[in-house]
Amino acid sequence: MIDSFYIAWKYLAFSKARSVTLVACITLIAVLPLALEIILDESEHQLVERAEHTPLLVGARGSALDLVMNSLYFADEVPGRISLASADAITATDLAFAIPLYVRFRARGFPIVGTTLDYFDFRRLRLAAGTPFGLLGECVIGASVASELGLQPGDSLLSSPETVFDLAGVYPLKMRVAGVLAPTHSADDLAVLVDVKTAWVIEGLVHGHEDVARSRDSSVIIERSESNVIANAKLMQYTEITEANIEAFHLHGDPTGYPLTAVIALPHDDKAAAILRGRYQNTDSGYQIVPPADVIDTLMTNIFRIRNVLDAVILFVGLATLMALVLVFALSLRLRQREIDTIFRLGCSRLTIAQLLGAEIVIIAAFSAVLCLLILAVVAHYDQQLVRALFI
Amino acid sequence: MISIESLHFAYPQDGFSLQIPAFSVPTGQKLAVIGPSGSGKTTLLNLVAGIYPPDSGQIQVAGVQLNALADAARRDFRITQIGFVFQDFELLDYLSVLDNILHPYRITRALKLTPGVDRRARELAEQMGIGDKLQRHAGDLSQGEKQRAAICRALLPQPKLILADEATGNLDPDNKLHILDLLFEAVDQQGATLLAVTHDHELLPRFGRVVDFNDFRSGSAV
Repeated sequence: MIDSFYIAWKYLAFSKARSVTLVACITLIAVLPLALEIILDESEHQLVERAEHTPLLVGARGSALDLVMNSLYFADEVPGRISLASADAITATDLAFAIPLYVRFRARGFPIVGTTLDYFDFRRLRLAAGTPFGLLGECVIGASVASELGLQPGDSLLSSPETVFDLAGVYPLKMRVAGVLAPTHSADDLAVLVDVKTAWVIEGLVHGHEDVARSRDSSVIIERSESNVIANAKLMQYTEITEANIEAFHLHGDPTGYPLTAVIALPHDDKAAAILRGRYQNTDSGYQIVPPADVIDTLMTNIFRIRNVLDAVILFVGLATLMALVLVFALSLRLRQREIDTIFRLGCSRLTIAQLLGAEIVIIAAFSAVLCLLILAVVAHYDQQLVRALFI
Repeated sequence: MISIESLHFAYPQDGFSLQIPAFSVPTGQKLAVIGPSGSGKTTLLNLVAGIYPPDSGQIQVAGVQLNALADAARRDFRITQIGFVFQDFELLDYLSVLDNILHPYRITRALKLTPGVDRRARELAEQMGIGDKLQRHAGDLSQGEKQRAAICRALLPQPKLILADEATGNLDPDNKLHILDLLFEAVDQQGATLLAVTHDHELLPRFGRVVDFNDFRSGSAV
């Protein structure tokens, strides 16, 4: 009987540091390109699929990439603002249907997407629980938001203040979770969807506060006349919209001038799309209209250029590491020459000695493969989040 | 047990050569071979073990002509019929004492590792006074304990011939006499033959026969 694996295992267990180093090196060589492949595939999938399903985006003139990344993947970089009137203008052309987007605020790190219920139909979003947002201050959260924050319909979620030190800035709004989306494996899983008016509440454009006409607190009222009351910043602002105070919420000024970050334009047909694009060609308009697929195509070209460079780097590093491993095994053979001579003298064949050393390599390779698969499973499980962290 | 006729062997590298016209060792004999360093004592052991094939002449061990055997058969013969005890013990530090004793059974198909063999290994270790150290790593043993483990390894397959190469060379005076006694006792129990190479003249009276390596050249060692 030849117990190559038993003897090899004993040797590897005895030389723990060497064995662990070898397993780590081999795992790294294998994991790096494979994990990169998974992440790049996922990024390609996420970016391209969503872009291809979004015909046109209208936004403020500036970086087309920022506009697309913010509107499709809710990236942190906020593009220039356009007004609600621009959405109305698109609808008025009768060339396309317009869905407004206001993606500026965050709630516990997740993007708050101010939009309309049309967005649900457009993205084919299904609710796993609860109802769509119906009232001001309600939100529908993505599947990943729900699982990561442990929220369900009826729970509350606070929007994040923009800056802690700006006392006159955006106050957190306590939003009621009306529904939870079924998983979509897209950026919507990580979004907090609200009515665009709720986003304006967060910005303070639509707000609710105690009735200044009834207030008798002299430290709040600056000036009072028969037709007008002027109060100072001490006036209590509502940070939660309830049945009791919803009537107190109101807007100031013309709502058509209220901000959006983008408008998703859904042309009725190709001809309508071409005409619509033509109307935004004027560089003085302050607007741009972009097909997201074209923008993402350019981005993917750059990513794949980086991918080729990375592949080459990994190949060289892998080759260097493999050579180092061969050297380690060769040095190990020299160090163990006496042991090899002894077992040869005892009556062992050279083939058996090779078998013993081969068993060590097989065990190391098996451990590396298992570790590699585990890491790849983790990468595959968190690929969406990784893609968002790395690319979006 | 051992019969050598007209043996000639030369190392191709340095030209050192060994010639033994005739030499024999009867079964059960405990023979010591002495001689100056570099005279070829270890080479003789390697020839008798079939590790080196002779350039000419014949070597028979237990009636088997070694140089007539194929490589694989010679290796199987060596691991089953010949036990080796080395000066530096040559135990594997990463194995336990028990695994070291059982090691020959794990590196060849010619020996079968059965529960009976495992039991015999434990008994042998007990007999050698290392029964309580079977689970320790070989590197943790004292010199004397290491050599006892090495003797157990050599004796476990119940070989007909034990080859000892300076087996007590690394031991202190008390230990070497005791280890030699243990080796003799085990050899007697198994009815084996012992061919030991040594520098230590103090040990020679204990052997049944002593051959000076210089006698080979004169032909008087027969």
